Amino acid sequence: MTEPLIYDISVPGRCGASLPGVDVPQTPLPAELLRKELDLPEVSEMQVIRHFVRLSQLNHSIDKGFYPLGSCTMKYNPKINEDMARLPGFAHLHPLQDDEGAQGALALMFQLQTWLAEIAGFKAVSLAPAAGAQGEFAGILMIRKYHLDRGDTQRTKILIPNSAHGTNPATVTMAGFTVVELPSDENGDVDLQALKAACDDTVAGMMITVPNTLGLFESHILEVIKTVHDCGGLMYMDGANMNALMGVVKPGQLGFDVMHYNLHKTFSTPHGGGGPGSGPVGVGEKLVPYLPGPVVIQVEDGTDDEPPLYGLHMPEKSIGRLKAFHGNFGMHVRAYTYIRINGDEGIKDVTRYAVLNANYLRVKLQDTYHIPYNRYCGHEFVLEGHFGDAPDIHALDISKRLMDYGIHPPTNYFPLIVPEALMIEPTETEDKQALDGFVDAMKKIAAEARENPDLLKSAPHTTPVSRVDEVRAAKQLVLCCRPVPEWAE
Amino acid sequence: MGSWKTPEDLKYTRNDEWLRIEGSIGTIGLTDYAQNQLNDLVYVDLPDKGDTLKKGTAICAVESVKAASDIYAPISGKITEVNQALEDEPELINSDPYGKGWVIKFEIADPDEAADLMDAAAYAAYCDSRE
Repeated sequence: MTEPLIYDISVPGRCGASLPGVDVPQTPLPAELLRKELDLPEVSEMQVIRHFVRLSQLNHSIDKGFYPLGSCTMKYNPKINEDMARLPGFAHLHPLQDDEGAQGALALMFQLQTWLAEIAGFKAVSLAPAAGAQGEFAGILMIRKYHLDRGDTQRTKILIPNSAHGTNPATVTMAGFTVVELPSDENGDVDLQALKAACDDTVAGMMITVPNTLGLFESHILEVIKTVHDCGGLMYMDGANMNALMGVVKPGQLGFDVMHYNLHKTFSTPHGGGGPGSGPVGVGEKLVPYLPGPVVIQVEDGTDDEPPLYGLHMPEKSIGRLKAFHGNFGMHVRAYTYIRINGDEGIKDVTRYAVLNANYLRVKLQDTYHIPYNRYCGHEFVLEGHFGDAPDIHALDISKRLMDYGIHPPTNYFPLIVPEALMIEPTETEDKQALDGFVDAMKKIAAEARENPDLLKSAPHTTPVSRVDEVRAAKQLVLCCRPVPEWAE
Repeated sequence: MGSWKTPEDLKYTRNDEWLRIEGSIGTIGLTDYAQNQLNDLVYVDLPDKGDTLKKGTAICAVESVKAASDIYAPISGKITEVNQALEDEPELINSDPYGKGWVIKFEIADPDEAADLMDAAAYAAYCDSRE
């Protein structure tokens, strides 16, 4: 990589900032808090801009190329979202502004809560969770509090199919429950016998990802939900894969009690590179009083002349706050915008095209790669990244080689139930040319794997950084490329 | 295919742990098949000496470049020794899964619990069936 570190272009005495004069009395910092040396780069504004623009151009991004990173829904983020989020009334609003002075923002949050609830068939939604994992955590804490409030204290287990997202077991453990892993059957569905055997009065609920990490819609979903409800457990749906359901299936109507949405996946807010994320939770009737707060409510009805008055409210038995203030509000603006620009039919189209694109790729690639559980999929599918007649080639090598074709690798080695897994999610925003380009690249790589395996083993060849030593990167956590200063030791 | 080492003197679980029984002391590790599937190990979250093992529940976790995975107790007991070398060299599990890559030794609570574990031939067949 040719771009130097910003410290290496530093010139002593150079300064890119010009601060206004002090217009308040100066208060010196206590001497013991002052450092003699502060190792900051000394650069001009132009140097800063060029350095970081060049770095950004070394990255792959959805604005630059195809990004079929399964499970992550790397769809295009419409630029109008950014326009709306930068409206001064939103962008400059202080989180401690009183409700009367923030009515526009509260109206937007109220509307977004209402739309999200409608899209997934739930009674109410809280926008508070800052990310998907926090939404999961909130959901499981609500289930916990619901049982405890009823004096149902022996429920200590949560069931999780082995095709679930990896965050699900982590969430359950964080919330103080024990995970019971359920096997999948030969179709990639939950093994119903195992489910029935596991259901008793110690089960607090089940966490299930729909469609699951194989991209498959659970064939017996109603039976799964009924079985868990019959033993007194509640049903949590991991809604990270709502891009396969939005506008078509309402999880609340299927019987789910709680679900989180990933605004940064399904609803086109930025994903990766710090987002930030946003993971609202939706609930059925039973859990409404337990929602994390604050939620936005209508305090006074509107009239013909006056809009309604909105306010913040802490639900009566709330599990409490998950973070300061009101969730990641900037993401609420973007998701609201996304729903508005798509509208009712557009939202359905998003799902239809996401599912169509994934199935198009699945069928185009099924003769070249082995696809276990090869049936009609949702928004993504999983194939095996190895060949019987090229035993040295692994999913990782195929992933790395894809980078040479200007394509971001699919998610690899997940889900764990498929060996050498490559998990492919094209999303709805790719056109046929982009999909065909991917199919071509995958077929060429399959041929290269037999004819010239070294080309794959040593890939990538065209990226700023070639093959990295993943073992060393994971074991030697030295992230500072300059000597660690004395004060930080 | 079918090239995994499966020493004759060990018992095996469906979660790919091996168990060596020497008198009242058991030793647990990950099998050759498991280390091959996991790929290069980068971290072992070792348990503590004195911890109690319950058959079928997680003892500790291992992390590889591909995945994090739990090690489950093949039978119950109490940990008497932990392989501290894995702290700095988790790759011992890759290079010598049945030797230097052992994970814990423990006092066996009930040797009869080992009755439903697989022998080498059954385990080798089980590995092949997943290829």
